[in-house]
Amino acid sequence: MTEQGKLLTSTQAVGIVGYGAYVPRYRLPASEVARVWTEGTAGLPIVEKSVPGQDEDVATMSVEAARNAMKRAGIDPKDLRAVWIGSESHPYAVKPTSTIVAEAIGAVPNTQAADWEFACKAGTEAMVAAMGLVGSGMARYAMAIGMDTAQGRPGDALEYTAGAGGAAFVIGGADESLAVIEATYSYVTDTPDFWRREGQKYPEHGHRFTGEPAYFHHITSAAEAVMQATDTKPEDYQYAVFHQPNTKFPQRAGQMLGFKPEQIETGLLVPMIGNTYSGAAIIGLTAILDVAQPGDRILLTSFGSGAGSDSMVLRVTEQLAERRDRATKTREYIDRRTQIDYAQYVRMRGKLTMK
Amino acid sequence: MDIPRHWRLKKQRYALVGEVCGHCEAKVFPPRDICPECGEEAKTLYQFSGKGEVYSYTTVYEAPAGFEESAPYTIAMVKLAEGPLVTAQLTDLETREVKVGMPVEMVTRKLRNATDERGMLVYGYKFRPVVG
Repeated sequence: MTEQGKLLTSTQAVGIVGYGAYVPRYRLPASEVARVWTEGTAGLPIVEKSVPGQDEDVATMSVEAARNAMKRAGIDPKDLRAVWIGSESHPYAVKPTSTIVAEAIGAVPNTQAADWEFACKAGTEAMVAAMGLVGSGMARYAMAIGMDTAQGRPGDALEYTAGAGGAAFVIGGADESLAVIEATYSYVTDTPDFWRREGQKYPEHGHRFTGEPAYFHHITSAAEAVMQATDTKPEDYQYAVFHQPNTKFPQRAGQMLGFKPEQIETGLLVPMIGNTYSGAAIIGLTAILDVAQPGDRILLTSFGSGAGSDSMVLRVTEQLAERRDRATKTREYIDRRTQIDYAQYVRMRGKLTMK
Repeated sequence: MDIPRHWRLKKQRYALVGEVCGHCEAKVFPPRDICPECGEEAKTLYQFSGKGEVYSYTTVYEAPAGFEESAPYTIAMVKLAEGPLVTAQLTDLETREVKVGMPVEMVTRKLRNATDERGMLVYGYKFRPVVG
């Protein structure tokens, strides 16, 4: 098979018409988790993570990101033919989050609506599906969202990083896009590095097994394949953004692929907001779009445990400059912060037994 | 069962969809199909901007059933930019002092806390200090 033959290719060129981010305002410093569970001796994988307010969940957070994406797109919500939300923290086990969001943004009733799951790559999974729907001519616009309020067992390594946030994208034709998606590729194998069984509150993970055979193998395989297929090299990109479960993993993945730290730092948000799971790579993309210039090329590579990676090549168009100021920028959400301590975190996240 | 009531109110609750009077142009919220200004029929849907300012407020310490976990919290009468006055909870406040005239914007949030782990989730408008 040729390298190009492995790509997911639509019959019509597509891209991002509008994008929007959301990060809740509460922050739990990693040092607080270390203070409570290790007497402050643990190494800290990030500075702090975002924590949702008591009245927030994936539905409410998706609504705000979706509204931001619609402001930037400047389209009629009635023209959306899909509202798809990728998450591993949907508020209901059975009942779509996407119908709530579609109703709130005025996209009902002539639309597809569904929730996607693939650990941390459910957001890019929804994006690729939206590209197919638009690229085949079935829809003029489709919305894809990746959003999480990630879970971590108290005291577990994941509790330091399991954050909250994500991003929404309106996918449409390349001619009206602020960033054209030039190529997309997906690399998937059955690799059990992290999971949560039905009915369980907290996930389990394979400790060191989450690194080499899972995260690094899938990220680098996907990114290398999409660069080969498009005949591009790391120096052809102004920015690269990877799934970011902690600060070190995406830095090392970038280094393995030949990217320089300055290509990665704009989209590296995990030190300030934690791992936003389905939102992690794509909210990094929104921070890049907030500052990118026409002609800039961006490499986006997600990773979902279980496991797989979607890797996309994007190129910014002239239309970005006039649209990005229409909604709150990702850095503005990150900069508005209220620090909380571990006790407030326990109350806000419902970890106190009240009955 | 509250399900039909919540379902009927979803458009106004999720997105501040009210009505506009075709006779005197008054914006109407909550929607009631009759213009409170001129008494004529007003059935055309109108999407409010969500911008407004605090008209009056009070803080609740002894919360009614379904809201205990969020107490203390602040309820405000918000004067919408388009005119109507709505009552709603303020959110994302923390220690910030609320003032009459403070600019606020609508957000869609969970209206009740999920102490009932089996029931339906109810979403609707709240207001927060303007971001950005």
